[in-house]
Amino acid sequence: MAETRYTKDHEYIRIEGETGTVGISDYAQGQLGDVVFVELPEIGKALSKGGEAAVVESVKAASEVYAPVSGEVVEVNSELEAAPGTVNEDPAGKGWFLKIKLKDAAELESLMSEAEYQDYVKSL
Amino acid sequence: MLNRQGRPTQAGAASHEDHATFTGNKALQQVEPLIFEIGRTETTGVDIEQPAPFKSRLGSHARQSELGLPGLSEPEAMRHYVRLSQKNYGIDTGLFPLGSCTMKHNARLNEKMARLPGFSDVHPLQPLSTVPGALELMLELARYLMTLTGMPAVALSPKAGAHGEACGMMAIKAAIAAKGEGATRNVVLVPESAHGTNPATAALIGFSVKSVPARPDGTVAVEDVKALLGPDIAAIMLTNPNTCGIFEPQIVEIAAAMHEAGAYFYCDGANFNAIVGKARPGDLGVDAMHINLHKTFSTPHGGGGPGAGPVVLSERLAPFAPVPFIHVEDGKPHLIETRAEAPEGNQPFGRMTAFHGQMGMYVRALAYMLSHGSDGMKQASEDAVLNANYIRAGLADLMSLPFPDHPSMHEALFDDSWLKGTGVSTLDFAKAMIDEGYHPMTVYFPLVVHGAMLIEPTESESKAALDLFIATLRDLAMAAKGNDKERFTGAPHHAPIRRLDETRAARQPVLKWTEAQPVKDAAE
Repeated sequence: MAETRYTKDHEYIRIEGETGTVGISDYAQGQLGDVVFVELPEIGKALSKGGEAAVVESVKAASEVYAPVSGEVVEVNSELEAAPGTVNEDPAGKGWFLKIKLKDAAELESLMSEAEYQDYVKSL
Repeated sequence: MLNRQGRPTQAGAASHEDHATFTGNKALQQVEPLIFEIGRTETTGVDIEQPAPFKSRLGSHARQSELGLPGLSEPEAMRHYVRLSQKNYGIDTGLFPLGSCTMKHNARLNEKMARLPGFSDVHPLQPLSTVPGALELMLELARYLMTLTGMPAVALSPKAGAHGEACGMMAIKAAIAAKGEGATRNVVLVPESAHGTNPATAALIGFSVKSVPARPDGTVAVEDVKALLGPDIAAIMLTNPNTCGIFEPQIVEIAAAMHEAGAYFYCDGANFNAIVGKARPGDLGVDAMHINLHKTFSTPHGGGGPGAGPVVLSERLAPFAPVPFIHVEDGKPHLIETRAEAPEGNQPFGRMTAFHGQMGMYVRALAYMLSHGSDGMKQASEDAVLNANYIRAGLADLMSLPFPDHPSMHEALFDDSWLKGTGVSTLDFAKAMIDEGYHPMTVYFPLVVHGAMLIEPTESESKAALDLFIATLRDLAMAAKGNDKERFTGAPHHAPIRRLDETRAARQPVLKWTEAQPVKDAAE
């Protein structure tokens, strides 16, 4: 059973065993507006929790996507480069950014659960 | 109102929609195609002789196909550009409230001075002995800039704000390298509210960037800066007044903390118009600051540029100022063109421009300074701040202020919480302003405020002009709150071009004009 956890910066990570799929939340894509450009990291890059993992640019602004946990990039969604709008259409599904091989699963505990994140978004 | 023949005498008495014209023109508003659409390659307004037979040395680089430049007769070319100019909106058309841009009036006197042949016709390579007046003007401008900022040196050559940032940061980098700390001091602090050019400049110069969080009141706290200080910190880049329109209350403490940690303080001077004659950056502890002559000192701006971004430097950075610069010795100006020529103690970091900067802008800026005098420049700043606060007070009950506890300086910042539930966004509101005949304010900047609307009226506007602007924004705000959503989401209704598709422009940019083809549907 895949579990999804969230950061305060609106990244999600869906855990599937030792890897996690990272993207931005539906709330985040709504705030950004139409995404026009996505820059993804190289496969094999070591990310540290809270460090820059990718860049997402919308008609309004460019923002960093931060790594929710530390680990190594094992796969990136290169389809986003040609079709950045997928981030708006299906952020939790086809609009994923990258997959990380977790370095320390304990880091997940500092992230919010689905319910906690929904409450957090309501408070904004 | 009808005239004696029973015809309406005022615009608006008849609905546009009921009387669409056959041409698409709306009286003086002519539909104007692109020059590529109306030009013909076989036409030209200039009689150019065929070149004499020559031997091309281009080889395989020679163009294989026709260039296809559009040709127009002189009257056609004239009409094309005059018609386009009629669609333009500039400071000469009306109030231009673009925040953080200081779109002030460009006095005609400045233009007259800049057109004096002794200034407009000088060539950067002509002998020094033939341009003593131009050199004297540059020295005089430098003296004014140093006096107004309380700084001991100025590099005149940078061509615009961000270029000035690069100049200041390169001087800082050179100073750090001279102390032997080049390898270790490589991080620059940039507050979240900064102009986007600040982190970009730091990165371009080879620093890495660390963000300083903004406090809930929109300012930067000295404790937050201190928490990040260490032997790796090279500098902080801070805008004052900041992009929220607030004077940073702890700027002196922040400067002192930077200096104590062996780092430098770069101040973004984009908002200098708020404090000219009131506060001197040198007294605040600034090490380097660019001055946008095209903002604060009223030289043309936007399409009318070019810009000019001289950088004032502290005692610690002055020796690293770039060449070329003017050095006065025995009462005579000398142009220092290379490091080798630099006077004792100077270690210029290099050269940023081929020549000495924007002469025409120097003339205009000095004309502004001389015609205003010190009392006039001080009053201009006071009026700029007064005007911004007048607008803020006139709208505060309808629109929401993110930082109500701080008075505004030269610009008033609103957020979009007052639009919540109306279905109208900041962008929609800005587009509706176009229908009302105003250039929109800066929107969605600074990023620390949700749906930001940043209004900077400058000192150029009269009370009557401000009252009309406030009344218009109040009407729009009431309409937004009063369920008149279509007015906004469909705006602009009256502009020659309706709402552009920014998303498609970014996702599927058309970078080269080609003969008209059926436009592909975005959904494909």
